[in-house]
Amino acid sequence: MSGLTLSEQIISNNVGRPVRAGELVVVEPDTAMGHDSLTPGIIKTVKEQLGVEKVANRDQIVLVMDHVAPASNVGTAQNQNFIREFAREQDVRLFDVGRGICHQVLVEEKIARPGTIVVGSDSHSTSYGAVGAFGSGMGSTDIALVWATGKTWLRVPETLRIQVSGRFRPGVDAKDLALKLCRDLTIAGATYMAIEYHGMDWLPMNGRQTMSSMAIELGAKAGIFPPDGEVAERFDVPDWLYVDSDAIYAQTLEIDLDELEPQVAIPHSVDDVVDLSDIVGQKIDVVFLGTCTNGRYEDLRDAADILQGKQIHPHLRLLVTPASREELQKAIADDTLNILLSAGATLTTPGCGACMGRHQGTLADNDICLSTGNRNFKGRMGHPTSQIYLSSPSVAAASAITGEITDPRLLTVSL
Amino acid sequence: MSNIWKFGADVDTDQIVPGRYAPYMRPDKDVGDAAFIEARPDFNKQAVPGDLIVATDNFGCGSSREYAPYALRRRQVGAIFANSFARIFYRNAINLGIPVFVDAELVEKLLAGSEATLDLEDGTILIDGNRHALPEVPNFAKEIIDAGGIVPYVREHGRFPNS
Ligand code: SF4
Repeated sequence: MSGLTLSEQIISNNVGRPVRAGELVVVEPDTAMGHDSLTPGIIKTVKEQLGVEKVANRDQIVLVMDHVAPASNVGTAQNQNFIREFAREQDVRLFDVGRGICHQVLVEEKIARPGTIVVGSDSHSTSYGAVGAFGSGMGSTDIALVWATGKTWLRVPETLRIQVSGRFRPGVDAKDLALKLCRDLTIAGATYMAIEYHGMDWLPMNGRQTMSSMAIELGAKAGIFPPDGEVAERFDVPDWLYVDSDAIYAQTLEIDLDELEPQVAIPHSVDDVVDLSDIVGQKIDVVFLGTCTNGRYEDLRDAADILQGKQIHPHLRLLVTPASREELQKAIADDTLNILLSAGATLTTPGCGACMGRHQGTLADNDICLSTGNRNFKGRMGHPTSQIYLSSPSVAAASAITGEITDPRLLTVSL
Repeated sequence: MSNIWKFGADVDTDQIVPGRYAPYMRPDKDVGDAAFIEARPDFNKQAVPGDLIVATDNFGCGSSREYAPYALRRRQVGAIFANSFARIFYRNAINLGIPVFVDAELVEKLLAGSEATLDLEDGTILIDGNRHALPEVPNFAKEIIDAGGIVPYVREHGRFPNS
């Protein structure tokens, strides 16, 4: 018998027998997360359509208010109270406005842990793979069924192995690698598959979260790091979860980090990616530093290192939305936040902020934004004629100074 | 007779329903009125029940928002044909009972055609007067679609298909 991939091990452990890629199985997820944008509908499906008054397993459910936080109008405010009422009535955990983005909060709270299955009403639930969990996004009806029955069905995925060698050169980071994977594999390159990232036991949590959150941009079902390095230091790793040298991979992609250049995704697709050097000079109106992909302390710090003692371009807005309250507090504890504010940044509530174009920095017609987020689909951040470029926090910070897409390595040399 | 609405590759859920038009943001509105509101205003204004959506690769990529396929269900789309679907969209559409077909040959014919009549009972589609067989749908998906969606299926059977 050959060995098992990380997904096969995690799903096998959940169902209590060895399962292989291709099998349809019914699992009991450890966690089923709902965020404010979809939870009102999920609650209605549970109660009105499924006729269930009491959820199957209150310990499974986690609610987070992050997509419109705090409420932006009467409708969202009412919906949020509806969620709060449900949380009290069912006695389930609720992380209210200001706590942070669901994918960050579940990792900080150690709800997502190595070896667990975490499903969420959000496509970026692949993020939990950063800590060695099987994290996957589902629609509201599937999440409602988990809340009502405790269960869901899954097809055990095949696995795409990313084998990395070398190290990031100065000015290059995990975001550039995530964008390079979009470029090489395309937006549908890993559809239905789980991704495993190998050769990066040295990569800190932050970089892993950046990579795993963007697994969905390749169409993947999950994006899992072996639970080693910083994850093994911070979490208990079950002894049955390990990299099996006999595991069968559907495909392997090798990447040499020593060759990797900073990457930028251009409008309107996340797999439309170019080398930074091919797009420098592109004028921008807004820089958005935030999201579940790049809104953590380390990302704010990278930006602060570049913005230290400088001012943003007078024609540009710099929006900073920390991924969580804890990340914001870390940025307050040293001089990170102060540097960003002194440079002219606008700070907004921890959460999704402008990422979905709903509040806290919605784009107007023809606005051009450089975002550290994960999606640049047409109209995502506001008006359909607005444009979104995606980059690492360092490139975003350097570009905020000049008002055009800028290579941070050249900026340091020339100043 | 149904209209054929033609799309290319990588139609993302932000195109189907922009996040700003989510039911969460507009609790008093029917999300069906936001279907393709910015990406295909002609669909938004003119699509009628039974119309078919045809696309090439990776239809429905991006966000997990179920209100995207739900908006299409509210517009009573007859079926969606594509060379391939993004995973979450495909699952959501089946859960909502929307017939989804993966068939590159039919997609080619539909993209070249001007009108079509879908006969789900009979398992055929008439495209500009020529009758073609519909492709096989995976068994679990067929059971769910036949029940009218996953919610009626689970209510009726007390379990998931294939379990
Ligand atoms: S930050 Fe953006 S991508 Fe991440 S969960 Fe929030 S809306 Fe989704």
